Amino acid sequence: MGKWSRRAFITSGIAAGGVVVFGVAIRRGDRSDKARELVASGDDSLFDVWLKIAPDNTVTAIIPHADMGQGVHTALAMMLADELDADWSRVRFEEAPAHKEFANYALARGYTTAGMDFPAWLIDSVDGLFFRATQMMGLQITGGSLSVRTTGQVAMRVTGAATRAVLLEAAAAEWQVPVAELTAASSMIRHEASGREAPFAHFAPAAAALPMPDKPALKTPDAFRIMGTSPARFDVPPKVDGSAKFGIDAALPDMKHATVRAAPVFSGRVLSVDESSVQAMPGVRKVVNLGDAVAVIADGYWQAKKALDKLAVEFSDGGNGAATQDGIFERFAAEMDRSAAAGRVQDDFVSGNAAAALAAAAQVIEAEYRVPFLAHATMEPMNCTAWVHDGRCELWLGTQNPLGFAQQVAKAIGMEPSQVLLHNQYLGGGFGRRAFDDFAVQAARLAADVPYPVKLIWSREEDMRHDHYRQASISRFRGGLDASGRAVAWQNHYVNKHDPEEAPHIPYAIADQAIVFSESETHVPWGFWRSVDHSLHAFFTESFIDELAVAAGRDPYEYRRELLAGAPRFLAVLELAANRAGWGEPLADNMGRGIAIHRSFGTIVAQVVDVEIVAGKPRARRVVCAVDAGFAVHPDNLAAQMESGIAYGLTAALYGEISISGGAVAQSNFHDYRMLRMDEAPDVETYIIDGGGSTGGAGEPGTPPIAPAFTNAIFDATGIRIRELPVSKHELRLKDVA
Amino acid sequence: MITLSINGESRDLDVDASTPLLWVLRDYAGLTGTKFGCGIAQCGACTVHIDGRPVRACVIPASAAAGRAVTTIEGIGSGRVGLHPVQQAWIDEQVPQCGYCHSGQIMAAAALLASTPAPTDADIDAAMAGIVCRCGTYPRIRKGIKRAAAAMADARAAEIGDG
Repeated sequence: MGKWSRRAFITSGIAAGGVVVFGVAIRRGDRSDKARELVASGDDSLFDVWLKIAPDNTVTAIIPHADMGQGVHTALAMMLADELDADWSRVRFEEAPAHKEFANYALARGYTTAGMDFPAWLIDSVDGLFFRATQMMGLQITGGSLSVRTTGQVAMRVTGAATRAVLLEAAAAEWQVPVAELTAASSMIRHEASGREAPFAHFAPAAAALPMPDKPALKTPDAFRIMGTSPARFDVPPKVDGSAKFGIDAALPDMKHATVRAAPVFSGRVLSVDESSVQAMPGVRKVVNLGDAVAVIADGYWQAKKALDKLAVEFSDGGNGAATQDGIFERFAAEMDRSAAAGRVQDDFVSGNAAAALAAAAQVIEAEYRVPFLAHATMEPMNCTAWVHDGRCELWLGTQNPLGFAQQVAKAIGMEPSQVLLHNQYLGGGFGRRAFDDFAVQAARLAADVPYPVKLIWSREEDMRHDHYRQASISRFRGGLDASGRAVAWQNHYVNKHDPEEAPHIPYAIADQAIVFSESETHVPWGFWRSVDHSLHAFFTESFIDELAVAAGRDPYEYRRELLAGAPRFLAVLELAANRAGWGEPLADNMGRGIAIHRSFGTIVAQVVDVEIVAGKPRARRVVCAVDAGFAVHPDNLAAQMESGIAYGLTAALYGEISISGGAVAQSNFHDYRMLRMDEAPDVETYIIDGGGSTGGAGEPGTPPIAPAFTNAIFDATGIRIRELPVSKHELRLKDVA
Repeated sequence: MITLSINGESRDLDVDASTPLLWVLRDYAGLTGTKFGCGIAQCGACTVHIDGRPVRACVIPASAAAGRAVTTIEGIGSGRVGLHPVQQAWIDEQVPQCGYCHSGQIMAAAALLASTPAPTDADIDAAMAGIVCRCGTYPRIRKGIKRAAAAMADARAAEIGDG
């Protein structure tokens, strides 16, 4: 367990009502200037997570993450309960309040500031994981597929195990028997020899007075009883009867409703607004000029919407009114040309000498790919209810970053963050969008000047036109093959690098690689979009490796297998997907089959798509997905996340395109930013490998491979290589059958 | 002022009758289970029943529901604690993820099963294509509908047996 114990300690205490509370605390580091800088705003100790045991023997896990459909409340509670040996049927959860004492960034800070002091099971993921978490300044953030990997592995499991240890110790003291003779199971402690048995709750008050072990032994997977099973999720029942409260469902006495229209061109401002045009309309309370947007507050949403539609407003274009999508791509291409010619490209990953290897190659293949901007289009449009009263601001909304939101809201309305009380609700989809606080800041600004609570709801059009978008990008490749067709050189030059760093990297054994990039930012706001940079680079790299296989006259699956011979985990995932899909078995004449594999957020995913071409349109009929996330805490939920990631990525591959016209987003609603629907959705089969090692994420890794697996299948059916997404831009015809 | 029959209850609501039914339900009747997604009948999150038929409440004026029976997700279950077979199937198959679209999905599925007790895949495609799920729960929705159809068939068989 390394030296982790020096940085963390376990605390406990008795709260009101006889409930006993246990938790892990991380002490701030003080070893280096870097450490001091990182924790300058931190308290001396930060409780990361708490476990409560009530007198009725109910165990409650307090969880610092938002639920947006990924099942995190259930999965994290399982991790805690398993180490505790709790009775799962009596385990509950509470979502932690948006308070810095629950911030999971304390964990990241605790570790990064501690230099090399990490628990052994985290060592191989330390660099990527915790530095990323710290970089994001992830204040209680839900994103990066991190919840199970950080909060779960460290806080939940350690708290459960340490609490179990003191409960056993308290029982041993009361019964005057050695600890070694006691067993814990189903929230009971038993002494076999004497037949004595009592619930955890009986010992909890005494246990809370004991010093807690700072190095509790954690279970090995063979001892797991709850982890690795698939109990029903906590959040499902309220989601089938209308009782689940999303942000948009907030209801307060005397609440009014608002809707907003921002300057259509990003960075534009309100030049003039004619309030008189709507003041007499029924229910209208107030017209507010927010500088870059106008809002109407009315008694009901519909009244606000009708008034806003009628409101006469003039906006400036911030100097961006001439921007077009073609122009943006032309600028990208020109910057790539310029920086390549001038030797100004930035290195991403370089090994060997790709230029020399290309010069010596028997065959050189070139290709250029493009992807468009994408909106998140969560089903629940952005919304926030704000109530400024008695020296504080209360917010009801769904957010992936409650502490960050509270800080920005406080700043916007001249309060201290401690005066902002945030009530996080169920998120009607997140996908990265609800990490951006623009809508919450607007709601707080509207509420700051009125005596009543204000519920701000963005129309779908506003949501689509004022998102933080997945970037558009261009990626260029040159690949070299030797005389036998084996890939020996990989040159890749793309535009605009964000996150995660390793997204463009390939798992294949190609000695000479040069992956480089240029920067050419646009006026279009960027945002985390499910799997972030992986969403584009997996399409680029897994399409190009397919092109190399075709150029070599090889089967795309076998070609990948050869290049993954030294990467056994990748190989196992690839082979599982191919075998389950029946790779090599014949398909109908109007069908094709494609494969792709990609690792993101510590999880390896391979997918095989069977596509059918009907009247020039492709339909994914079947997706076989193999996934290795190290260990599947909740296998059914991991499968659900694969199904979800596939649908999200397939929607983007097939239809997703946000384009810029006159500086603004051209699309507005689901008729022109189309979604995958029931009659287009493939059957999905998911097969799980527990490959061991550090635990990977679940929410995002299903998305990256689906676009290339789909377009590789289209190539198989049609001979048409899709190098620009979305697929719906392309006319397809079936390959001539000889 | 408008009088509506919602989930079997007569409600007098102080709202302009031209307001879309969605906002009357949410902002005036306090029934927030029905969701706003697009406002133009493209996503189906707002699906409710009028006289048993599925409609998009975001584009139907409340006046069109006057004198007819409006049923929402809060009223689709049988009795105060009972769940509709579709709701139970949704739990059994662990269908929802974020859950936001599922009021609409369940209302559409319940209407499908009322008119087509043993739907084929094509029936399911046709009835459900209007309801968007951004979390991609479509395979589980399909399984859920088939499970609910089987449960309803069993219940009917039991009733006939009892009768």
